[in-house]
Amino acid sequence: MTTTKEPRENEVAKRVDKAQYLVVAVLVVVGAFLIYNALTLETGFAKVDPVGPRFFPLVVGIAAVLLGVVLAIAIPRGSVGEADAGEDIDPESPGDWRTVGMLVGLFVAMILLVNPLGWVVMGTIFFGGAATILGSKHYVRNFVIGLALSLASFYAFYSGLGIPLPAGILDGIL
Amino acid sequence: MENIDWLIQGFEQAATPMNLLYAVIGVLLGTAVGVLPGIGPAMTVALLLPITYNVSPSAAFIMFAGIFYGGMYGGSTTSILLNTPGESSSVITAIEGNKMAKAGRAAQALATAAIGSFVAGTIGTALLVLFAPAVSRFAVTLGAPSYLAIMLFALVAVTAVLGSSKLRGAISLVLGLAIGIVGIDFLTGQPRATFGIPQLSDGIDIVVIAVAIFALGEALWVAAHLRRRPAQVIPVGRPWMGKDDWKRSWKPWLRGTAFGFPFGALPAGGAELPTFLSYITEKKLSKHPEEFGKGAIEGVAGPEAANNASAAGTLVPMLSLGLPTNATAAVMLTAFVSYGIQPGPTLFDKEPLLIWTLIASLFIGNFLLLVLNLPLAPLWAKLLRTPRPYLYAGILFFATLGAFAVNVQPLDLALLLVFGLLGLMMRRFGLPVLPLIIGVILGPRIERQLRQSLQLGAGDWGSLFTEPVAIVTYVLMAVLLIVPLVLKLMHRDEETLLIVEDDKDQREKAQA
Repeated sequence: MTTTKEPRENEVAKRVDKAQYLVVAVLVVVGAFLIYNALTLETGFAKVDPVGPRFFPLVVGIAAVLLGVVLAIAIPRGSVGEADAGEDIDPESPGDWRTVGMLVGLFVAMILLVNPLGWVVMGTIFFGGAATILGSKHYVRNFVIGLALSLASFYAFYSGLGIPLPAGILDGIL
Repeated sequence: MENIDWLIQGFEQAATPMNLLYAVIGVLLGTAVGVLPGIGPAMTVALLLPITYNVSPSAAFIMFAGIFYGGMYGGSTTSILLNTPGESSSVITAIEGNKMAKAGRAAQALATAAIGSFVAGTIGTALLVLFAPAVSRFAVTLGAPSYLAIMLFALVAVTAVLGSSKLRGAISLVLGLAIGIVGIDFLTGQPRATFGIPQLSDGIDIVVIAVAIFALGEALWVAAHLRRRPAQVIPVGRPWMGKDDWKRSWKPWLRGTAFGFPFGALPAGGAELPTFLSYITEKKLSKHPEEFGKGAIEGVAGPEAANNASAAGTLVPMLSLGLPTNATAAVMLTAFVSYGIQPGPTLFDKEPLLIWTLIASLFIGNFLLLVLNLPLAPLWAKLLRTPRPYLYAGILFFATLGAFAVNVQPLDLALLLVFGLLGLMMRRFGLPVLPLIIGVILGPRIERQLRQSLQLGAGDWGSLFTEPVAIVTYVLMAVLLIVPLVLKLMHRDEETLLIVEDDKDQREKAQA
């Protein structure tokens, strides 16, 4: 009897996806913030606004915390979400979080430097960098395509749509 | 016959040379982006939103009509030639379509998908002309309590019915509602959840959220799991169909349309169920049931028509009630809002010309799609071979461009990253995306409706239940929530019984 029981337990243990506690954390943080924020709001307009500005954020905040608790209870019982599938997704792969981390880093650079360096410079680095991180070995070509895209979008948005993207250090040249 | 007059006026608006050019651009861009692997129709519309910023609303809507159907068609091309459908609604198309392509009948599969989409889209749009104004006329007579009930119903339906896990649907919905709270409270003027950042007092730009969740989240998720070797693309010539193919296709097209439209028009219909129903119906009715699973043309024609008709159906609640029921409609509604157009039952009254121009453009876009895409199919097939690093670097690039161009402030990029990571998290843990987007869009409107109803009702919560439509809607909502629960409980009883029997069995065996 013990021999038949063991694999079953192993199966359950395998299906518990502990990383899901991240979702619990997000829910609790979001919920707590909404509740805290709602309590700082002024009420006392009861005659014109019987519900008040607090009600909705409080409901959503409490719901978020409650759902976090429910999920926290469900996780050890083997509740798992079905990860998204797609055309270019290899469901067998364990997840290449290093690539994602580098892309996020590149994105942060974009946020910080897009105004000082300008869209064209930063766009080139962004596209070329992203293509390189994603595994394209043609390094020169990566950045040439990036430059072409950035220049084209800069002028298309400037003259076509009337939206001036920042020129940055190339101000005056472009 | 007032509608027909308006429709003709809409056609007059849409058929000017300049606007036709916009329609062509919309169709081409929509198909080109939609064909790219990993990009579904909703993401196509989200990525192309910025292009429409500085053109007039009518020109923008004309482009949207093209992008809408173009994106749908592009998705089916991908599933036929790659066998890896981008969204659940084209899973069924991929089953038979890819088998046909492998058997050397890619041209016929693409042709029946294209012509079927045209037939379904045209009939669906005609039904839209028929139903949407009527629904809207009825909706205008409804008071705030009824409208509140209907919006709540849409939230519950999308969260509880679609998707496999109700818990995860609810989590996604709550996150969306939370995002919707950010900004100045409309009645008391106090900033809520803005972290003291003044730029957030107008709320988070919904374009940024849509691009982040659909494009950035997806690109990051794919980056984590990128296939080392991209899937095999089947080469294709110009799509065409023989006489026999026509004979076998036209009935499935019509039946598929009949399945698709009503499901699309319902708040929780979706496209998965009608495509599936169409598939099994065709399998049953076919004279060649042995071909199913090996590339039966009926299995492409029916589901593809159902898919497109369902897309047309979703425009009924969107235009007549302001309710988005699928991701693509939600993103399109986003575009409405960014033009300062308030979605809701009064849309047909307030912006008749714009709406009828949009509807006329749907007809035109659908037709252009057929004319342009049959000859261009080999070109689209080439797009499928875009090296993946460039494809996803490009998605990241254009997502950034789109979000940045809204207000040209780096803060939007930071928000894009935050919500992009949220989108990544949702994909990793199987949280559905649709409830979040619906929550962002409907949350603020539900709060406003609730507070205004209670203002009128002098704070009496009972006043929310005074209108018959409201009460009926709440009852339906309760049924929707309770029935699956009861079914599950009954099921569980059976299951536990089975397990008990199993145990008994084993014990007996052990004893023996």
